[in-house]
Amino acid sequence: MLTAGQVLNNYFLETRCMLLELAATLDRYDRATQRDPAGTPANDPRLERIYHSLALLADTRTTPDRCERLLNLFSD
Amino acid sequence: MQIIQPHYHGIARTAQDYERMAMSGVVAVAEPAFWAGFDRAYPQTFLDYFRQISEFEPTRAAQYGIRHFCWVAVNPKEAENPPLSYEVLRHIPEFLKKPTVLGIGEIGFHKTTKNEEEIFQAQVELALRHHQLILIHTPHLQDKVRGTRRTLEVLAHMNVDPGRVWIDHIEEHTIRAPLDAGYWVGFTLYPITKCSPKRAVDMIEQYGHERLLVNSSADWGPSDPFTLQECILEFRRRGHSLQEALDIFHNNPCRFLGQCPKFDIQPIRVET
Repeated sequence: MLTAGQVLNNYFLETRCMLLELAATLDRYDRATQRDPAGTPANDPRLERIYHSLALLADTRTTPDRCERLLNLFSD
Repeated sequence: MQIIQPHYHGIARTAQDYERMAMSGVVAVAEPAFWAGFDRAYPQTFLDYFRQISEFEPTRAAQYGIRHFCWVAVNPKEAENPPLSYEVLRHIPEFLKKPTVLGIGEIGFHKTTKNEEEIFQAQVELALRHHQLILIHTPHLQDKVRGTRRTLEVLAHMNVDPGRVWIDHIEEHTIRAPLDAGYWVGFTLYPITKCSPKRAVDMIEQYGHERLLVNSSADWGPSDPFTLQECILEFRRRGHSLQEALDIFHNNPCRFLGQCPKFDIQPIRVET
């Protein structure tokens, strides 16, 4: 098992990369809506779930079961 | 589709890379001089390295029908050792005469120190004296903004033609200033660090591709030359035309590198 420090050492850059990809995807979506407002789906639940997930991840005072909660969030 | 890989560290890779690159349409690579993963102790070690990339590596690439070009320089990390760097710089002009050497690079900053800056300036001056193209490395990760800013400040006080300078490893937070100042910019696609294929296409869509080079670098660290092809696929999947893809991934390297007469590959036009 890894120590907390080892987890950061091993996965910091990978996490940074995933966050950048996420940011880029949301930017891509926003630019597309600005370019083509008519082609933007209204109240798409997928987008709501993404932002809900981000709020969940941003909460530092939580329990280490984020993955399970995210999967439940994306489940029917 | 024909592709030019403008930043590729072939000596760190196996022949299988060349074979697979050839099968995927790569017709030429350009290999900048870089850090070997450890600091070299002797000037002669650099000179042998320059011989390797200017004499031997073209023969490896040629076995797969790929043209191999290179750049020579003291890389930013080893520029921290000025006595060693000056000794190497004394020998660089003899390599500039070789038929596949395109210019001086990659130079610039690693930690943006005084020593690095002194050697960076010395190498830009050397390039100007010998009318060479210049390839500039910008620092990785948290040092990138400061290093890129200082790079532009240093260049602004030197008599460089921005159209003959390529500033590489650019990302979303460093792209605007070099483009506004007239330099060529490069996206280096890495699996984890630097830019990703999708983010590169985002920036192409935002900023256009007039002075833009995309490469995957590919060295001895975690890297993959095929992130370049991944980027081309992403670009095409978003509906951009074959001609636009050729303009970015083949013709732009021809336009920039072709400012050195030794690089004689011509742009391709498939759509009228």
